[in-house]
Amino acid sequence: MTASNSPHAPASHFDFLHFRRKTVNFVMLSLTAICTFVALGVLLYILGYLFVHGASSLSLDFFTKLPTPVGEAGGGMANAIVGSGKLLLIAMCLGVPIGFLGGVYLAEFAGGKFAFLIRYVTDLLNGVPSIVMGIFAYTIIVLPQKHFSTLAGGLALGVMMIPIAVRSSEEFLRAVPLNLREGSMALGASKTRAILTVVIPAAKNGIITGVMLNLARVAGETAPLLFTSFGNRYWSHGWNEPTAALPVMIFTYAIAPYEDWHRQAWSAGFVLLSLVLAINVFARLVLSNKKHVAR
Amino acid sequence: MQAPSRQTSADKQSASKVEDMDSVIPESHAAGSSQAQSGSGAVKLSATNLNFFYAKFQALHGISMKILANQVTAFIGPSGCGKSTFLRTLNRMNETIKSSRVEGEILLDGEDIFTQEVSAVRRRVGMVFQRSNPFPKSIFDNIAYGPRINGSPSRSELRDKVEQSLRRAALWDEVKDKLNQSAYGLSGGQQQRLCIARALAVDPEVLLLDEPCSALDPIATAKIEDLIFQLKSSCTLVIVTHSMQQAARVADNTGFFLLGKLIEFDSTAVIFKTPNKKETEDYVTGRFG
Repeated sequence: MTASNSPHAPASHFDFLHFRRKTVNFVMLSLTAICTFVALGVLLYILGYLFVHGASSLSLDFFTKLPTPVGEAGGGMANAIVGSGKLLLIAMCLGVPIGFLGGVYLAEFAGGKFAFLIRYVTDLLNGVPSIVMGIFAYTIIVLPQKHFSTLAGGLALGVMMIPIAVRSSEEFLRAVPLNLREGSMALGASKTRAILTVVIPAAKNGIITGVMLNLARVAGETAPLLFTSFGNRYWSHGWNEPTAALPVMIFTYAIAPYEDWHRQAWSAGFVLLSLVLAINVFARLVLSNKKHVAR
Repeated sequence: MQAPSRQTSADKQSASKVEDMDSVIPESHAAGSSQAQSGSGAVKLSATNLNFFYAKFQALHGISMKILANQVTAFIGPSGCGKSTFLRTLNRMNETIKSSRVEGEILLDGEDIFTQEVSAVRRRVGMVFQRSNPFPKSIFDNIAYGPRINGSPSRSELRDKVEQSLRRAALWDEVKDKLNQSAYGLSGGQQQRLCIARALAVDPEVLLLDEPCSALDPIATAKIEDLIFQLKSSCTLVIVTHSMQQAARVADNTGFFLLGKLIEFDSTAVIFKTPNKKETEDYVTGRFG
């Protein structure tokens, strides 16, 4: 209703409504914009701070040398970088196959209440605090062996990867249209054959992306490593010795009373962040690989 | 107590219609398709008293029908009348739907398809879907998919098969220089012909087409219809269509479905010009509903 259609409504009343609408609009817009800037600002502040402190103290030594004894300047975290790599490798070998195949089962074979139960349990597992995963690995590997090891750390991280791997694989498999499955089965393929030759290839990019984002997430985990892989100031040989890892090194170095260690902790933080960022960017690139995407 | 008796009367009705149909079809066939091959006139597929259920909902009621070899058979009828459901039982595609159930008999060359291995049935009775569904693979790999899963052909055999299938689908000249490119780069009409070529690559004896042109423009539709006409010599075709003009153009025989029942099945000329049933007449003249 406009003012001309309702001669009984005083003009001032209409002005008031108009004013109120404008005000509410302005307030809401400002509020949402401010919150967006705060969220972005925190991220940029962390990135900037880490870049300034981390990049400035980064040197070739950081990547190639072992940590020096206390009081001696210099040295690097080569062992922690390799250690993190080994931990992630174990985690991936454990978490990705289990998670992926679990996702295939959920998306393609399970149904009804059982599927609901699995999904529910997976979500619960995803919500378990990471330190509890550490205790789990500690109990089943470290305690019987009576020493810390890369294996135990890898196990803790691998178990953490499972729920996300299950759900992301399931989501991407579900997104494959039904008519592709039907097209395959109409040519005489069995259900399993259709899944292997059409559905999984169609969901491949998404699944790989899920794995990489998953990896990037556990790469920064510290808590589950504290009492599984523990830490090591020297090279860790094989898979059954304690090993240094970047997140744990950051923790140890940052709370130490030495200026030089603080500097190295910043560098480690910067390297870790760059690694995670690189994995993320790469994952997005894989996902947007549009070779076979409907136009 | 009432429902079963009604159904048996429907069965009798459709059974008597099958006899009618038998007397009519050879005549229409002789008149309608002079270039039909020697195999024509033989019954390729026959359904007897077919009932189909989605859980408790009965979608097909006692369908009986004989589909003749090397002819085009069209199913028409309003949405939800069961024509696609019937089509999809002919190659047992409906079995993929959970809690569905089929009763009755379908014979392919006189053998019951429900006692055969399902993949063998689907290899002999190919299917093209309403929405073109090329796999996210190259054009070559799309066509080669069927031969590959049904055996392990050599590279040269595969190349020959791909070329032959694309030629049969009248697509070869358009794609021969880009066989390794993604099938998704093709236009909608080309994608649908690719799907036909993919189905042809396993040498099906029957090709089921489920509204193959519903997402295509008139030019692409004309190409598919030409193709259907050419394929008749080597294949038995069954097409579900929403377009009565299309049925009139391509089909030798036409079945009219309504509410899960086969109301009338006869030569296309009879269905469109002198239908025997009131419902058929109302539908083909646009007075339906």
